[in-house]
Amino acid sequence: MKNRPNKNTLPGFNLSLGYAILYLSLIVIIPLSATFLKAFTLNWADFWQAVASPRVVASYKLTFGASFIGALINVVFGLLTAWVLTRYHFFGKKFVDAFVDFPFALPTAVAGIALSAIYSTHGWIGSRLEPLGIHVAYTPLGVVVALTFIGLPFVVRTVQPVLEDLSAEVEEAAASLGANRWQVFYKIILPAIWPALITGFALAFARAIGEYGSVIFIAGNMPMVSEITPLIIITKLEQYDYAGATAVAAVMLVISFILLFAINGFQWWSNRRLGNNR
Amino acid sequence: MSATNTQSVSQYTKYTNRTATSRATSEAAWVRYSLIGTMLVFLSLFLFIPLASVFAEAFRKGAQTYFAAIVEPDALSAIKLTLIAAGIAVPLNLVFGVAAAWAIAKFEFKGKSFLITLIDLPFAVSPVIAGLIYVLMFGLQGWFGGWLSDNDIKIIFALPGIVLATTFVTFPFVARELIPLMQAQGKEEEEAALVLGASGWQMFWRVTLPNIKWGLLYGMILCNARAMGEFGAVSVVSGHIRGLTNTLPLHVEILYNEYNYAAAFAVASLLALLALLTLVLKSYVEWQATRNAADIEKEIKDEV
Repeated sequence: MKNRPNKNTLPGFNLSLGYAILYLSLIVIIPLSATFLKAFTLNWADFWQAVASPRVVASYKLTFGASFIGALINVVFGLLTAWVLTRYHFFGKKFVDAFVDFPFALPTAVAGIALSAIYSTHGWIGSRLEPLGIHVAYTPLGVVVALTFIGLPFVVRTVQPVLEDLSAEVEEAAASLGANRWQVFYKIILPAIWPALITGFALAFARAIGEYGSVIFIAGNMPMVSEITPLIIITKLEQYDYAGATAVAAVMLVISFILLFAINGFQWWSNRRLGNNR
Repeated sequence: MSATNTQSVSQYTKYTNRTATSRATSEAAWVRYSLIGTMLVFLSLFLFIPLASVFAEAFRKGAQTYFAAIVEPDALSAIKLTLIAAGIAVPLNLVFGVAAAWAIAKFEFKGKSFLITLIDLPFAVSPVIAGLIYVLMFGLQGWFGGWLSDNDIKIIFALPGIVLATTFVTFPFVARELIPLMQAQGKEEEEAALVLGASGWQMFWRVTLPNIKWGLLYGMILCNARAMGEFGAVSVVSGHIRGLTNTLPLHVEILYNEYNYAAAFAVASLLALLALLTLVLKSYVEWQATRNAADIEKEIKDEV
């Protein structure tokens, strides 16, 4: 940066910013605000009735519980995948690496019917789990499977670049000082990658709680058992209960926004922490 | 980790490590193979087997049923609607992405990081809610519902609603890709173009656009994949009118719920092919972009 006064010589600031804000307002801000305004028109008793009835509460438990477990599975196997892809060489590695993004590219409805086909009692995997007494499709376990699928790329893609940037020196130093491989992982590598792990977890979790398409086919959608919150919103809409749908949507929106700000804040904090270390 | 020359040394050791010299920073062979094996089992259970099953189910009743399901009029109109919706939503978000990235990356202003967070908002919103917000705006009981029905304009349960919902869920893709890219590129090249007498648009077409073309393409590919595959948001606003407001994913759902599995998976296989094509294009663009970056780096080195 030259020591130039505040003047920027590039053109188009007003046009581009003005257009961006106008478009953002029309597509995103105004419709979202309208939802909150609509939710505020409910009186408190109706609102509470809509968002805290037993069936809705059961759906929160399932949605958040299954999202949490799915994200946790992805932390373990996402770390493993990122590790293998950055450290080892094997046949077809490039292909596997590209394929990790498959859940981002595959339409959720296709994922939903494919997963329910293979995990149902007659499916390739479901039929093998059946004798063990494990039922996946049309149970809460099916919800976990679908949410694990759609969250799969997040942890891999947040951890992978951090693992790639780790310098070998530190590991060598630790090894030469007598640390074994497990100690190196635990004391050297894990402290460096945990912010990325948490970010990946949070992204997968945030994506999972809103997910609809991949879940409804495999969940069975039994009220109180395997019904997710987005489906509650759809059901209320189909019954023309717009107020109720809006109330539940407002609760979910608030939770999603809190998550979004938490993730952004955490990333800012961990970037700063890394920056200070350098 | 202080000076830059240690970086090149570590880079060097990183590569020499590949030979057998340093057992200390690598795992025993059995650990390596079991980790690779565990990963492949995990990815098979969640990625490879589901993908294979789409095609296996699609062809279960033979190629004839497969192609019959695809050329059937309802399927064709679903393909057409999907192409139209993506064909409108993607360019809209492309123009927005470039405008937003230009303002954010090249200028300083108050509330910039807040604006970036707002651009990310649609990713945090459940697709179902993305559909709901437009029903609340334009539905019969919505804010503008009365006025719209008086003037005989249909948005919900019609094409405009589908386009709006698709635009919302794919909103951040291009902007997100371009903002960090343009921030990293700085503004020296554009300033040089202006000093040499280029007009604003000449600068944009000849300097800015060539610089960001790979990032732009990358964002567009992801945006398009999501636009064509969106289910939840479109499902809320479409009304599921067969042959009229059914996109491809919604058509898959209807066939599946009618227990017409072979046809459902046949149409789904088209979307799976789209996903595979997306991955191929994405890898190609990534490869081009890194090659481009490497070329530029080399040029700079040669000049020095």
